[in-house]
Amino acid sequence: MSYNPFSLEGKTILVTGAAGGIGRATSIECAKLGAKLVLTDINETGLTETKALLEGEGHECVSADLTSQEALDDLVNSLPMLDGFVSNAGVTKPTPVKMISKEALERIMSINTYGPIYLTQRLLKKKKFNANASLVFTVSIGGVYTTAPGNAMYGASKGALQVFVRNVALEGAPRIRCNSVNPGMVNTNLAGRAYSDDDKAKDMETYPMKRYGEPRDVALAIVYLLSDASSWVTGHSLIIDGGKTLY
Amino acid sequence: MNMEIKEFIEHFAEQFDETDISEFKPETVFHDLEEYTSLIALSIILMVDEEYSVTIDGNEMKSCVTIEDLFNLVQKKAEQ
Ligand SMILES: NC(=O)c1ccc[n+]([C@@H]2O[C@H](COP(=O)([O-])OP(=O)(O)OC[C@H]3O[C@@H](n4cnc5c(N)ncnc54)[C@H](O)[C@@H]3O)[C@@H](O)[C@H]2O)c1
Repeated sequence: MSYNPFSLEGKTILVTGAAGGIGRATSIECAKLGAKLVLTDINETGLTETKALLEGEGHECVSADLTSQEALDDLVNSLPMLDGFVSNAGVTKPTPVKMISKEALERIMSINTYGPIYLTQRLLKKKKFNANASLVFTVSIGGVYTTAPGNAMYGASKGALQVFVRNVALEGAPRIRCNSVNPGMVNTNLAGRAYSDDDKAKDMETYPMKRYGEPRDVALAIVYLLSDASSWVTGHSLIIDGGKTLY
Repeated sequence: MNMEIKEFIEHFAEQFDETDISEFKPETVFHDLEEYTSLIALSIILMVDEEYSVTIDGNEMKSCVTIEDLFNLVQKKAEQ
């Protein structure tokens, strides 16, 4: 049986933050479904590891720091025409509001918000998208649907990004689509080790599905939004959170 | 009380708004302070990073019982 409305056969897809976590899982699933990947990240070793995990031929790695305008120019100039773009790189630093520093805030905003905006701007300006291309941003439930102690900087960065996604969807239609995935807590290296195992176990209890997400849970939602199965879906924010926002 | 732990306790106490300064002693079991929350734990982790250039994680924070335990941990990690 070959019927598969989620196939990515013949599509070329750029993934940022592809060196680990959700970006790596997304790249693996996209390759399995027939896509050719361009992987980018600041972490070169991680990129090479991801590439080695991909099915199929012709995938590429380009290491780039999303906060550097020159790196963004070089990245965009090196790209083939795209059918998909997964803007996924992101960072956090759990910090109470009164401990926020200029340095930390600027770093988070540069990577989570400005980088994705500048990269999208350049991809559009340089006409890198084929007709019917799909853009998917990894936003979060944090900042958009939930608040949590220590999450102000991250939430502000993701809230701004969510607004950007809706605007790109409007301006891009009808030629290209633009959506977001909004995960709850996922088992990756993102949050670091600021929370103790006890705190995590307690937090997990606040998820109706009683577990944190795995990167693949999010990757498969991204696949849906990249595929032609979602061709009438744009400007949407797809929550993937084990029911967390039901409360 | 030696100078250093006195200074550490001052930085520690600064992360609280309501708790009286007299409650912060080397032997204080800080997890039992009424005002102590995960947000204050985050503040303390960031304070230790800023003041002592030492990174402590959530599990290490949990494993310390008294303020002195935490001070000793920070001192040990600062020497590494
Ligand atoms: N893990 C979660 O709980 C969770 C929840 C909601 C949303 N998200 C979002 O998912 C996305 C992926 O995160 P993840 O959880 O897989 O974490 P991760 O840390 O595994 O992946 C993030 C990637 O971004 C890359 N990166 C960081 N700074 C960069 C820069 N300046 N330039 C280029 N690349 C850079 C990192 O090297 C890393 O590979 C992020 O946008 C994150 O905010 C994660």
